Amino acid sequence: MKTGDFTGAIEIIKSDYIREMIAKGEREDKRGSMDYRKIELKTGIIDHAEGSAQVDMGNTRVLAGAKIVVDEVHSDTPDQGNIVVSAELLPLAAAEYEAGPPSPEAIELARVVDRGIRAGNCIKLEDLFLEEGKAWTVYVDVYVLNYDGNLFDASTLAAMAAIANSRLPAYKDGVADYKERNTPINVNNIVASCTFAKIGDSIVLDPSGVEESAMDARLTIATDGKVVRAMQKGLKGSFTLKEIEELVDAALDKHKELAKHIEEAKR
Amino acid sequence: MASSLNKPELIVNGKRLDGRDFGELRPLKIEANVLKNAQGSAYLEWGNNRVLAAVYGPKEAMPRHTADSTKAVVKCRYSMAPFSGLGEHGRTGPNRRATEISKVTKEVFENVIFLNEFPGSEIDIFIEILQSDGGTRAAGITAAAVALANAGIKMRDLVYAVSAGRIGEHVVLDVDMIEDNYSDADMPMAISPKSNDVLLLQMDGGLDRDQLKKAMNMVVEAGKTISKVQRDALKAVYENR
Repeated sequence: MKTGDFTGAIEIIKSDYIREMIAKGEREDKRGSMDYRKIELKTGIIDHAEGSAQVDMGNTRVLAGAKIVVDEVHSDTPDQGNIVVSAELLPLAAAEYEAGPPSPEAIELARVVDRGIRAGNCIKLEDLFLEEGKAWTVYVDVYVLNYDGNLFDASTLAAMAAIANSRLPAYKDGVADYKERNTPINVNNIVASCTFAKIGDSIVLDPSGVEESAMDARLTIATDGKVVRAMQKGLKGSFTLKEIEELVDAALDKHKELAKHIEEAKR
Repeated sequence: MASSLNKPELIVNGKRLDGRDFGELRPLKIEANVLKNAQGSAYLEWGNNRVLAAVYGPKEAMPRHTADSTKAVVKCRYSMAPFSGLGEHGRTGPNRRATEISKVTKEVFENVIFLNEFPGSEIDIFIEILQSDGGTRAAGITAAAVALANAGIKMRDLVYAVSAGRIGEHVVLDVDMIEDNYSDADMPMAISPKSNDVLLLQMDGGLDRDQLKKAMNMVVEAGKTISKVQRDALKAVYENR
C-alpha cells in the first residue's frame, strides 16, 4: 500500500490535485463522499478450495480461498475449532509491491481482516468441533491481485464470501474426505468493514489508489450491522472523537449494502 | 480470546478482580532519564506492566535509502521480552503482532514530532516490554512519549495511551491481562491531549454505539491522570539534577 510519502514530481502533483478536489467535495470518479465504487462478486471459482470468492471493487481485485483441514484442538479450547484469515500483497498486484517477506502494511491488512471476522463470531467455533481432540481449522487466504485502494474492505468482503461459499468435507476415521464436500458451512454472523480516508479536513468512504496516495489518515470500522466488531486507524493523521462517532454510524448503516453480497455467496 | 469454558467471574459485587472500579486506572509510575546512552528514556510501571522506552536521534538516517530529504523519518521497535509473560518462554525477535504494534506506534509519533526540522535524519524509538500484563501497547506509547520529551525532541503535544473495554454490560477502563483474555471488547487509544485528537485507535470484540461513546469518554477522562504522571516524571528530572 502506498503511504503518501512520494518523491516523484508527478505523484506530488496528482496528490495535490486530489486534495484540492476533495476539499471542494468532489471525487475524481464523480462518486459521493460516502459511496462505494462498483462491487462485483464471483464465487466458487477455485474448485479445489472448499470455498472461494473474487471481489472487484472498482479496479481493486482480491481473491479469497478457504481450505478446511482436520486439526488437533488447542488445550485451552478443547470444544472448538479455529479460523485463520491471512492476506498477501502479491508482487503482480502493483508496481510498488515486491516479492519477499511481508511488509508491515501487509501484516496490518491480514491482522485487521482476521480481527473483524474473528471478533464477529462469523463461524461458531464450537460448530467446527469433530470429536475429542479433533476439530476443523478454516484457513482463509486473501490474495490481492490488483491494487487500486481500499484493500481492507475488499479483503474482508472476499474472506467473508469465501467462508459463506464453503462446504465442509466429510470426516471419516480421523481424516477429511475432500471428494465428498456436501455440508454448507453455517454462517453465524456477517461482518463487513468500511474504510474511510481523511484527506485534509474531508472524509471519504472507499478510497481509490490515487486517493490513498493523498490521504492523511485511514479508519477501518468492521461491524455486523448492530455492533462494532473491529477498528483500526492508520497513518500519521488524526480523527476527532466526533468524527469517529459519525463514521461508526455510517459504517453501521452501510453494513446492509455489503452484507447482501455475502448472502449471494452462500450455497 | 480464550474459551468460555473456564471463564472466571471478572466482576464481583460491582468491583473488578483486582478491586478496581469500572473507570479506574491501575497504579501508574513513570521515571524519566533512566538510561545513560540514550538521548531520552523512560521506565514505566503500570499495574504489573514493566516497560522501558528509549530514544536515539535525530541522527543521520541509515541505511541511506530510508532517508527523506524533506523531513525526519521515525523508526519504532516494539518488542516483548521472552520472560515478560506469566506463561511459557516467549519467542524472541519480531513477530506479526509486534510488527503491527510497531507500525501504529510509529504513526502516532509521526503526528506529533516536528519532522520538518530534521530533514535527512531518523529518530529511533525503542519500546521493550519487560513484564506484560495487558495494555502493553498503550503503556509503550505512554512511556515513549516521555522518552521523546526527555530527549528534547520538539513535539506538538505529549501523547498518552490507554485502553478501554467491555466486560458483559460494563464498559471498563485499562483492561488487564486476565480481563483481556475473557473480555467482550478491547479498544486501545492514543490521544493528543491538547486537542483530544485520536492518533491510535484499534478495537476488537463488540461495542454498540453507546458503549463506544462511553469507552471514548472514559479514555479522555483518564488522560488527565496519565498526562499528569508523564509531566511529573519529566519535571522530576530537572528537580533532581
